[in-house]
Amino acid sequence: MSAASRMRLRGLVRKEFCQILRDPSSIAIAFLMPVFLLLIFGYGISLDAEHVPIAVVVEQPDADTAGLAARFAGSRYFAPVFMHDMGEAEGELRAMRVNAIVHVQSDFASRLRRSDGAPIQLIVNGTDANTARLMIGYVQGVWQGWLGKRAMERGSRLGAPLAIDQRVWFNSELRSRNYLVPGLIAIIMTLIGALLTALVMAREWERGTMEALMVTPVTMGEVLLGKVLPYFLLGLGGMAVSVAMGLWLFGVPLMGSPWLLFAVSSLFLLAALGMGLLISTATRSQFLAGMVAIITTFLPAFLLSGFIFDIGSMPLLVQAITRILPARYFVASLQTLFLAGNVWSVILPNAAALAVFAAVFLGASRRMMRKRLD
Amino acid sequence: MVKRIYALMIKEFLALMKDKRSRIVVIIPPLVQLLVFGYAATFDLNHIPIAVYNEDAGPAARDLVARFTGSTNFQQVATLTGEAQIGPLVDSRRVLMVLHIGPQFSRELSAGRAGPVQVIVDGRNSNTAAILLGYVSTIAADYSADWIRRSGGAAGARLEVRAWFNPNLESRWFLVPGIVGLLTLLVTTLVTSLSVAREREQGTFDQLLVTPLRPVEILLGKALPGFIIGFVEMTAIVLIATLWFHVPLRGEVATLYVGLFFFLFSSIGVGLMVSSLAVTQQQGLLGAFLFLVPSVMLSGFATPIANMPFWMQRLTLVNPMRYFLVIIRGVFLQGTPFHLLVGQFWPMAVIGLVNLTVAGFLFRRRLY
Repeated sequence: MSAASRMRLRGLVRKEFCQILRDPSSIAIAFLMPVFLLLIFGYGISLDAEHVPIAVVVEQPDADTAGLAARFAGSRYFAPVFMHDMGEAEGELRAMRVNAIVHVQSDFASRLRRSDGAPIQLIVNGTDANTARLMIGYVQGVWQGWLGKRAMERGSRLGAPLAIDQRVWFNSELRSRNYLVPGLIAIIMTLIGALLTALVMAREWERGTMEALMVTPVTMGEVLLGKVLPYFLLGLGGMAVSVAMGLWLFGVPLMGSPWLLFAVSSLFLLAALGMGLLISTATRSQFLAGMVAIITTFLPAFLLSGFIFDIGSMPLLVQAITRILPARYFVASLQTLFLAGNVWSVILPNAAALAVFAAVFLGASRRMMRKRLD
Repeated sequence: MVKRIYALMIKEFLALMKDKRSRIVVIIPPLVQLLVFGYAATFDLNHIPIAVYNEDAGPAARDLVARFTGSTNFQQVATLTGEAQIGPLVDSRRVLMVLHIGPQFSRELSAGRAGPVQVIVDGRNSNTAAILLGYVSTIAADYSADWIRRSGGAAGARLEVRAWFNPNLESRWFLVPGIVGLLTLLVTTLVTSLSVAREREQGTFDQLLVTPLRPVEILLGKALPGFIIGFVEMTAIVLIATLWFHVPLRGEVATLYVGLFFFLFSSIGVGLMVSSLAVTQQQGLLGAFLFLVPSVMLSGFATPIANMPFWMQRLTLVNPMRYFLVIIRGVFLQGTPFHLLVGQFWPMAVIGLVNLTVAGFLFRRRLY
């Protein structure tokens, strides 16, 4: 790079910084948004259901059913309401005041002694299928605990013939926060990266300052660099804030190396900024660029990145679509770096994909930025 | 007055639709996204790659393995012969689960004791891991029940599970109506939140203010296109949800549209509020994001509101999306009648009214 080019670049970067300082929304995007979003989502997004309201209907209470009811009352997963009438409970379920009904019929005690066993009916509101499944699992746990205790009291063999020893690697307590926070950081950085740059080129076109830039000796490559550098620094600042919050506020462990995290984040930021610049260059209108940026970043990153829905379970065509999202590779890298460590077999392919995206987006923006007024 | 509002509305539509690219951006993405997201958004796992490490040669162990490999939830991609192979396979995410049956399994079982089985799960995505462990315990419970029956034991009590409204517990039925709400919110917020900011930045807003149009009329003229686009788009999306994804629509369509009216009213109110606060389009875009992102994430779309801490649940009371999701899911899956949903309608009306009032006030006061 020649001395003149360096000087021009320095001028452009300085101009961009002045503009950033004048309209504080860029700084807000880079530093306040991660804090705000991580706070809200870190506390607000949880798949761990506790104190689920359920109705326990016992038509004829006796010693056996009292033991079962006590186990429901003692479980932290349930907030049971005890009733004697099934009709009343069904009304509560329909009005969505309870999520499930455990129904013990009046002939329970007599059928318990028979060989085919006595039925306990569980009716769940299946609208939210995921929560319903979790609830069924919890009820199964309560029920099996009760069976086991009952068997023990009678001195017979313990309930289940299978002893399953569950080992959950990397996140032994299944704290959903441990995996949600790295994923959230990836989503938040996707938003920030695109938001920072989506409007900058379109703004120059709309305000007519692009023409002013064209009559100066700066090359288009310098304009591009002059746009990327300041926002790259801002984005890294936002990333640092997010990681610091994840580590110290939410207590997520960082098993991998901080340097590797820095490298992967830089690659991702380049890809995200490149995408914003490409949108901005291609549309030349802030209104359009803003709409395209929102549509292409937020929902795809939220729903298709593997952050909340498992990519392997999607249809193949949709899986193929997820491959064109930089966020997908960043989510996988961050989850591995935070929870598992420097697993090269995961990090390398994902980092390579991010590098390709950065090159493609920045290259395409460079190609579309010509010194012409058409 | 009607004539003036009508004229402004036409102008807004022209500003939005005369440019081909802008027309495409408003119409196409929501429809495409519904199709893609409708397939992507599911909590049901299938073909989870697993590895099996079976050290027991007995038929009891083979039967247990067969129950895993025979399920569509699991797909065996590796057979292990040593403990050391487990680590690299899980680390590199080639398998999400390893089923390890020890050499003593058959012997312990026939001796009347519990047979040891180890299940190792990748916990990097704890939600997937939790769902996976749910499948494992279902298979284990079935296996246990069969074993007890075959060995002549008494079953004791048994659990019969029934799910109302969604008998097969398909999470798609839950999520697709949610996506309908999501996309409707996205489109209306986009259309309205940048509209005033754009006029401000281009200087045409001053011209609008010196016309005979009163602030209320400007407000209405800006809001109506959002309403119309929202209604049309929503109708298309609901048709796709019912005809393509076969989500049952059990309730009254009229109830759904009343809900939609209030939802559009509130989200357009927020959009115009954001727009009237913003001086530049970048600020408008930032405001739209700051409204959209939390509204979606904290609406109960993917993660239930009941799981949030109490203060956060209180915070969601100002989120219009929260109410609309209850309405649309209620109408679609549960056939909830109108009178049970009144409690969801009026909060949205209040949110919309407050925001529109503030927006109308700001129209007059902010002239820079």
